[in-house]
Amino acid sequence: MSPLAAILFRDLRIAVRVGGGALIGVLFFLVVVTLTPFALGPDIALLQRIGPAILWLAALLASLLALDRLFAADHQDGSLDLILMGRAPLELVVAAKALAHWLTTGLPLIIAAPLIGLLLNLDGRAEAALVLTFLVGTPALTFIGLIGAAIAVTLRRGGLLLAVLVLPLTVPVLIFGVAAANAAMVGPVPFGTPFTILCALTLASLVVGPFAAAAALRQEME
Amino acid sequence: MAVIDLANPTRFLQFANRAIPWLGGVTVVVFAFAINQAMVAPDDYQQGATVKIMFLHVPGAWLGMLAWGLMTIAALGTLVWRHPLADVTAKAAAPIGAAFTLMCLVTGSLWGRPMWGTYWVWDARLTSELILFLLYLGVIALWRTVEDPSRAARAVAILTLVGAIDLPIIKFSVDWWNTLHQPASVFRLAAPTIDPSILIPLLIMTAAFTLLFATLLLAAMRNEILRRRVRALRLMQASAVS
Repeated sequence: MSPLAAILFRDLRIAVRVGGGALIGVLFFLVVVTLTPFALGPDIALLQRIGPAILWLAALLASLLALDRLFAADHQDGSLDLILMGRAPLELVVAAKALAHWLTTGLPLIIAAPLIGLLLNLDGRAEAALVLTFLVGTPALTFIGLIGAAIAVTLRRGGLLLAVLVLPLTVPVLIFGVAAANAAMVGPVPFGTPFTILCALTLASLVVGPFAAAAALRQEME
Repeated sequence: MAVIDLANPTRFLQFANRAIPWLGGVTVVVFAFAINQAMVAPDDYQQGATVKIMFLHVPGAWLGMLAWGLMTIAALGTLVWRHPLADVTAKAAAPIGAAFTLMCLVTGSLWGRPMWGTYWVWDARLTSELILFLLYLGVIALWRTVEDPSRAARAVAILTLVGAIDLPIIKFSVDWWNTLHQPASVFRLAAPTIDPSILIPLLIMTAAFTLLFATLLLAAMRNEILRRRVRALRLMQASAVS
């Protein structure tokens, strides 16, 4: 097995075992969405109109919640040092870790999104659009967050700082994710316009994220 | 003395000590002239005297962006050449840039109250400026979290570079997101839409603020170098005692 696949499967195994907390993100997602009607009132029409925005915001917060686990555990038990000394290119290793992280935190959100969307009275068309934007957009959240996780790995209270550093950078993803979901629901812009920009953002973050995160790890761990 | 000599912190300190009074003096003179020009500039036929808020607003916006640009160059210096002076530049520029960005936001919202009837709208420009301010605060928070200055510098450098890539994207996406309010800007650089009677004082004022920025940056860099020397001396003393 190649080192990258080994790291991918190792991270997946750790995430689904006891203490891995793979599904806590989904639970958090559900809780945040459940809280919104308490704050806004149970006006179904209003909730339907802002539903995609609520779901996107909840997904953003949920993906942020798990980010500090990305490198922190490896840093604590020393396996990060081994990874840094290994011969596999650090950029690809970091990308493999991010992929594992997305599979255990992003993918469950996408599966749960249609069910939770029902609570906000989203119709089939909106649900389909939402799942598509999640599918394309959540990897961008993971790969942007990856940079913050790498920068904050050696900090003692890195979690809160991580949120402050990463959230402003995720603004474009949020804008175009919600815009695409709304475009499918009410228009007037065709769904494809914001959606293709969302795809572009994700592709860009797939490139920038691993390089920046690997650079940060190299700098921090020397 | 060649420019490259300034890369030595001690030489830089000598240069800064000599340059700061001169630069400060020139700043004061240009400011005096700029304020005078701003006073005699005519009121706008629609906006009245509030147009003069622009004399603070535009330099704030410009220097807020200039400071990030400078931090980006310094970040390259930190990561590529590991140069301590690049670290110092980046650290000194961040709070100054944040202050100018805040000045832009505050003056803009004071202008917005009489003109738009509200202190804040979620307009594209306002929002992207606010996000720039948040990024500055994040950078400052990161500087204040990592104890070892050279490690902090490298972490900040990466964040600054990522921010430099992301800022145009944020700007562009925010523009796209909400273009309802005020599609044309108050001021466009290539605009003949501003009368010379206001444009010229504005340019002088911008020059004055840029000089102020340079003075403050040099002074902050000098303080940071001295602060690091104090830190190094204390560490030496502490290790000598134990």
